[in-house]
Amino acid sequence: MVIVAEPKQVVSPGELLAEGDHLLGDNAFRIGTQIYSACIGILEVDGNRVFVVPLKGNYFPRSGDLVAGRVVDVGLSGWSVDIRAPYEAMLPASETPGPRGPRRRDLSTSYDVGDIVLAEVLAFDRTRDPLLTVKGPGLGKISTGRVVEISAAKIPRLIGRKGSMISMLKKETDCQITVGQNGVVLVWGKSPHNEHVAVEAIYMVEREAHTRGLTDRIRDMISKSRMVEQVA
Amino acid sequence: MNKLPEPKQPEKLIDEKGLRIDGRRLDQLRPIKLEVGVLDKADGSAYIEQGKNKILVAVYGPREAHPKHIAMPERAVIRARYHMAPFSVDERKSPAPSRREMELSKVIRESLEPVVLTDLYPRTTIDVFIEVLQSDGGSRCAAITAASLALADAGIPMKEMVAACAVGKIEGKLALDLSDAEDKYGDADIPVALVPNAGLVTLLQMDGHLTIAEFEQGFGMALEACKTLHAMQREALKKKYATVKEEAEEAPPAEVVA
Repeated sequence: MVIVAEPKQVVSPGELLAEGDHLLGDNAFRIGTQIYSACIGILEVDGNRVFVVPLKGNYFPRSGDLVAGRVVDVGLSGWSVDIRAPYEAMLPASETPGPRGPRRRDLSTSYDVGDIVLAEVLAFDRTRDPLLTVKGPGLGKISTGRVVEISAAKIPRLIGRKGSMISMLKKETDCQITVGQNGVVLVWGKSPHNEHVAVEAIYMVEREAHTRGLTDRIRDMISKSRMVEQVA
Repeated sequence: MNKLPEPKQPEKLIDEKGLRIDGRRLDQLRPIKLEVGVLDKADGSAYIEQGKNKILVAVYGPREAHPKHIAMPERAVIRARYHMAPFSVDERKSPAPSRREMELSKVIRESLEPVVLTDLYPRTTIDVFIEVLQSDGGSRCAAITAASLALADAGIPMKEMVAACAVGKIEGKLALDLSDAEDKYGDADIPVALVPNAGLVTLLQMDGHLTIAEFEQGFGMALEACKTLHAMQREALKKKYATVKEEAEEAPPAEVVA
């Protein structure tokens, strides 16, 4: 039971992480008694569990995830949505709020190609394409605010430990922020300047996700831009 | 029209001091430069310079398979395309895929497949585009080294990176990492790709003639060189993130305007 690599540091694929009977977490694999990293990321050790938080990578859907996507096709019984995953997601008309039963009208009157929808992944089991639902508070078509796309691998950092980063961002920029697990972030601010600062801060988190003291640096950046606004 | 002089065959591949035409010792690699994340639009990318070789690799995926029928129900499909730019060699190379390029695409794909954890992404493809900008012998090995680096940069789960290097025989002596002239006028060439920790050889080809003893010695030299290359790959991959980290953490704290 030895951790060989240094926790919280960048590890590369094939790097020896630990030896002994640790529990295997994400992005790690075992050969004999040795545990290796499977991707470029940060080594994390949680009790007996060894895992790697990736620094790069596409979004991979999981049921229950909140995602934002773009409608790419309107069918007879539902929509196809691009959620930036390796699979195209389906949003069936039966998963939209409203009366049950067959509907005569054209589905494009609710959501048309190019619309952004906030949805929840209802089911995904790798053998079939992910299913979405927009039944739920706040879900559905997004027609205001700003859409920021960042790498899905950086979403855990944007949220922070117990939501520390995102709650700081919301408080300091005075914006409402919704984070999609697929790397699409929605921002609503009281002024264009507020929105702009929040967007810049989100990009900064993406760029510097693997550095230490990031929350403090971002808070500094926001307070600095607030000063600039007051001077202007 | 001016005719370019035909490239001449060098009189000697090894001089009296035992050095090669580019001044290397027999067991020396060419100077190597590795860079990661050089393309913004690709999911992962890498650039390698090995001697006069200049190769760019872009990786996309895992993404939806098109055409749909190539998708495998239980794993991701890796597609590799090795392509030489028309200006990469002395005489213009037709940009259409040649017999040689198709063969190299296949062996490069097969040398990468065993390390990538393809079963995590069923029904998808991972596309590897290898563009040779300047060619100087041993480009399939340099391409494999750069391609596995680009795959790692894309965040694709893999057992470890593959490193590749060639060994050959020139004027009766074994020499590491042959250049173009040495490959053309030498006696043999063996490209080797190695997965170092697992001890897997994922590419082994040979053209020319070698005795069994020569082969064994040369193979050993190539394996050692692959290990050196593998260490350089790791360094290059981590360097990308180390620079951002340094810049961010060492920047002076934001000034507070009173």
